[in-house]
Amino acid sequence: MTADLNAAGLRRDEAAERLALFGLASPALLLVLIVMVLPVGWLFYVSFVGADGGFSMENYARMVREKSYGRIFLQTFNVSLLTTGLCILIGYPLAYFISGLPTRIANLCLITVLLPFWTSLLVRTYAWLVLLQKQGLVNTWAISLGLWDEPIKMVHNLTGTLIGMVHIMLPFLILPVYGAMRAIDRDYLKAAANLGASPTRAFWTVFVPLSAPGLFAGALMVFILCLGFFVTPAVLGGGRVILVSMKIVSNIELFVNWGAASALGVVLLALTFLILWVASKFVRLEQLTGGGH
Amino acid sequence: MTDQTKAALPITVRNITKTYGRVFALNDVSLDIRSGEFLTLLGPSGSGKTTLLMVLAGFTRPDRGSLTFGDREVIRTAPHLRDVGMVFQNYALFPHMTVAGNVGYPLRLRGVAKAEAGRRIERALETVQLGGYGNRRIDQLSGGQKQRVALARSIVFEPRILLMDEPLSALDKKLRDRMQIELRHLHEKLGMTTVYVTHDQREALTMSDRIAVVNHGRIMQLANPRDLYNQPANRFVADFIGDSAFLPVQREGSTVSFAGQPLTLAHPIPDAASLLLMIRPERLRLARDITEGMNTFQATVTEVVYQGDSFLLYARTGDGSELAMRGAIRGGTVSGLPATGDRITLGLDPADTVLIDGEEVRR
Ligand SMILES: Nc1ncnc2c1ncn2[C@@H]1O[C@H](COP(=O)(O)OP(=O)(O)OP(=O)(O)O)[C@@H](O)[C@H]1O
Ligand SMILES: [Mg+2]
Repeated sequence: MTADLNAAGLRRDEAAERLALFGLASPALLLVLIVMVLPVGWLFYVSFVGADGGFSMENYARMVREKSYGRIFLQTFNVSLLTTGLCILIGYPLAYFISGLPTRIANLCLITVLLPFWTSLLVRTYAWLVLLQKQGLVNTWAISLGLWDEPIKMVHNLTGTLIGMVHIMLPFLILPVYGAMRAIDRDYLKAAANLGASPTRAFWTVFVPLSAPGLFAGALMVFILCLGFFVTPAVLGGGRVILVSMKIVSNIELFVNWGAASALGVVLLALTFLILWVASKFVRLEQLTGGGH
Repeated sequence: MTDQTKAALPITVRNITKTYGRVFALNDVSLDIRSGEFLTLLGPSGSGKTTLLMVLAGFTRPDRGSLTFGDREVIRTAPHLRDVGMVFQNYALFPHMTVAGNVGYPLRLRGVAKAEAGRRIERALETVQLGGYGNRRIDQLSGGQKQRVALARSIVFEPRILLMDEPLSALDKKLRDRMQIELRHLHEKLGMTTVYVTHDQREALTMSDRIAVVNHGRIMQLANPRDLYNQPANRFVADFIGDSAFLPVQREGSTVSFAGQPLTLAHPIPDAASLLLMIRPERLRLARDITEGMNTFQATVTEVVYQGDSFLLYARTGDGSELAMRGAIRGGTVSGLPATGDRITLGLDPADTVLIDGEEVRR
């Protein structure tokens, strides 16, 4: 008898609590359903509709058939990888530098890193166009300083695309890396030194591995964002750097071919999920969102 | 045995001063640590213990002073070239390495061959009774195990000096008591010069060959546990170590008296302007235990407290001084104790009648 004391009542309370939680979450769930699941489902559906309005694999078959699609996907991966690599090369040392500063100064530095977030993406992209063009500020100054003699072509090509993309993406890398570095107890470095590690050795054997999850998270984020990036590469690439996103736009605007655009979208989405899935084999995904600490 | 002589190295600290702004974390500290000795730095919070240890390890750069290990001046030597082992208060075990990875880290840095390193890692782990734990992740260890791994990591490369900053403070009391004994045994076995930091006086008394009591960045007394407890050099040390009552005494030539009654002394009178009589509660005797030749004090009982293994009796002497007396509880004693308000006589052996310099130590 006493073994079951209040058991049924307590179970009911538990169930009621769960129901209440679900009730509270339902508006958000509904919103996700409307703005996420339905459009993606529709995209999926449209990609399988042929020119005659019936079911067709034509949109996917074309991707395999036409070499240009392969090139575009390759180019997209290439640009994304390069951008990610450059972001790491610039962002990691910068995050390291900031993480070693006293908290107040470090926060100030972080705000400067984040400042670009508050200005329009389009404005920043066009600003680069102005800076980097043949008669732009960079070329004029470099020539007057004697760094180079002839104006160098820095926009409407890969260089300009990369400069712009790295600039836009850098905060996405620096934030998680900085977070991971701040969380590293400096006693680890002292311990390493005490055990005989020179500062360089301690950096590579202790600091880098401990900040690696943050670096991985940041790099993954940048890479995935790059895969679908449109505005900056479109403006600064000047049509010479064609990415998947641009192909989607041209399919719709030029050819009004929703099916082909949708199929590209579906493939891009699938690739992104594939990358996330592979990445999850190496690192816990909560780190992407800053959770799990 | 031959290992022992190789393992130890004396440490000489000369006139080391370290200031933070206007705070003297270390104030002209000089200290000779003998080869192979277990020396404890004991002092209240903020007294400069960690600072001194960090100076020894090379993580804090003092303003001036000299530090030698053996006959090597190391005050300007970088931490990674000092070859001292250190156990950090929070252990600082690398979370991205296994137990064996942590313990093997100093060996990898020294280019020890893999097979040899494996043997030494296992031997170090066995020394701290963690044989076979090599593949564990750090977050799979209990506090006591982490402490042992940290210890194994700091001894595996056979440093001749070992530093420990409150290594047991994160452990519960039972484990702490056991680890104290184990650390002591380990020190006897390995014989390296050990500097240990704690603010727990019992821990210091249990483990050390000698104790340096630190306050306000100065060394107040350096002595072995027995002398420190029985013959504190000043009021700070007497107050900090153990409980004690301080009674005002008068001095006339070679006679010292309390409340007009001359005291029988077994120790020389300290050379000081003002003297205090220090009385440890456990050294006082009740009437029936008083023997011929003891100093006696008349007092009125103000409170009797039962503490399980012992009782504590508070009393006030004729001149208003407070005394405390601790006694063991054996069969009979409980009922035979005086009650509040009783007038009693307390006895103190001349050997326990300790006079100290009553001057407050100023910064
Ligand atoms: N980095 C620092 N900056 C400013 N003051 C410091 C710094 N480190 C220590 N101090 C000061 O130096 C004094 C000695 O500090 P220390 O850490 O050596 O004390 P401690 O004896 O180890 O104390 P605890 O028992 O609390 O660990 C303290 O007054 C402390 O405030
Ligand atoms: Mg300390």
